[in-house]
Amino acid sequence: MRHIKTLNTRNLKESMKTGGCGECQTSCQSACKTSCTVGNQSCEKK
Amino acid sequence: MVHQYKNNGFNIVLDVNSGMVHVVDDLAYDIIEMYEEHETDEIIAVMLEKYSKPEYQKLINTEDYPDASTKDDLEILLEQIHEVLSHVTQMKKDGSLFTKDIYENYIQDFKKRSTVVKALCLHIAHDCNLACQYCFAGKGEYNGDKSLMSYEVGKAALDFLIANSGKRHNLEVDFFGGEPLMNFQVVKDLVKYGREQEKLHNKKFRFTLTTNGILLDDEVMEFANKEISNVVLSIDGRKDVNDRMRPSRNGKGSYDIIIPKYQKLAEQREQNNYYVRGTFTHNNLDFAEDVKHLADLGFKQISVEPVVAPDEEEYAITKEDIPYIFEQYDNLAKFMIERRKEGKDFNFFHYMIDLSGGPCVAKRLSGCGSGTEYMAVTPWGDLYPCHQFVGNTDFLLGNVYDGVKNYELQEEFKQSNVYSKDKCKTCFAKFYCSGGCAANSYNTHGTINDAYDIGCELQRKRVECAIMLKAAEAEE
Repeated sequence: MRHIKTLNTRNLKESMKTGGCGECQTSCQSACKTSCTVGNQSCEKK
Repeated sequence: MVHQYKNNGFNIVLDVNSGMVHVVDDLAYDIIEMYEEHETDEIIAVMLEKYSKPEYQKLINTEDYPDASTKDDLEILLEQIHEVLSHVTQMKKDGSLFTKDIYENYIQDFKKRSTVVKALCLHIAHDCNLACQYCFAGKGEYNGDKSLMSYEVGKAALDFLIANSGKRHNLEVDFFGGEPLMNFQVVKDLVKYGREQEKLHNKKFRFTLTTNGILLDDEVMEFANKEISNVVLSIDGRKDVNDRMRPSRNGKGSYDIIIPKYQKLAEQREQNNYYVRGTFTHNNLDFAEDVKHLADLGFKQISVEPVVAPDEEEYAITKEDIPYIFEQYDNLAKFMIERRKEGKDFNFFHYMIDLSGGPCVAKRLSGCGSGTEYMAVTPWGDLYPCHQFVGNTDFLLGNVYDGVKNYELQEEFKQSNVYSKDKCKTCFAKFYCSGGCAANSYNTHGTINDAYDIGCELQRKRVECAIMLKAAEAEE
């Protein structure tokens, strides 16, 4: 489509089916320690 | 809910509730903006009027348009408007545009589940060999006395973690301070104990270490490379910036001592599984220069984050600083695109975003886990919801020997999530910050169920830049 290009994105709704296992890292354990960032974290099921 | 913005030449449409990202041309951008609130005829009329003007006509691409030579411009424009409208309608039907927020009940149910502890922040030392001006830990001592964690307390903390982790396999332990390397023997002994225990209980410990680098030597590096899955190396960037805020106790700067050590460790770790991590303040609002400086020193994993400080501190970030900080984030994003094209790319922690994978929606909306899945342990074994609450006894949860005793407080943290915060409900960035930091909220508003407004503005900007970088990457 010349007007709209969709980036390769996971539809969040899909993740309701398989998500919530809780094996992922806690958000403060990576680098931040003073904010809360989850969008950049990895899913352990990947 | 849709969030639209223009950044660095890209028109970006984020469908907030599905997380789908669309890069669109001007015509589609304008049509999407009107789509939900206006009738089709009205949208067509507005578009025809706007895009038939000479200054907008050039924005309509007719190069690959069939029969362009036999049709007049207005005819082509009208067909293209219809083409976009039909595509937008289809996207809505497919669930990639204008999707509804269907998660509130799902998250409330998810939050009710029985939780396990999966991570501890061990305050190995309430003491520090630097005297950083902005330290939230009161120069390492958390407004209390100097204290080092004993092996016995650390061991009890690991036992507490194992006993309260249920079926969770991966357990995380951060060696934090103060400066944890001032108590390195205990760090080593606890890792050894953890490795013994993981075999017995079918667990896997992932240890992390946050250090200011002063005591980082070959022995520590060898140990870290073998046992520590992520090392956070504190440095603010340029020498004058770093040394102003991160002096030693005798007033000398730390830059010259730590830089060669950090470079050596980063190389030993093949430029992975570490961060050089800095803080920017009102005194170095041009922090993009500090990130560039760190990148020029060869570091590939960089995080430079805004200071969180009481308003009265002279180095605190103010509302008036925000426009300049936004410019800096934009400059940094452009710099990263250039560096990527040159084959000299690096990661900036706050611009890392995984669109095709990344966390599930439960993770994204359920909060950071402080007080339930994540707790901090003081040198004498007290439990707090996170490292930033240590020292405020109103937030004492219990201790590693008797476990959590303040159930009411724990429940408050457990229920805190995106939907318990009014400001988050309408925010497009809620899927990327999970409702923000409870400590920041408490420090600015006296409750964990609000949001630190300056932090939110900066977070939104970073999400916009991070998505723009993905759009640029897709184009390369």
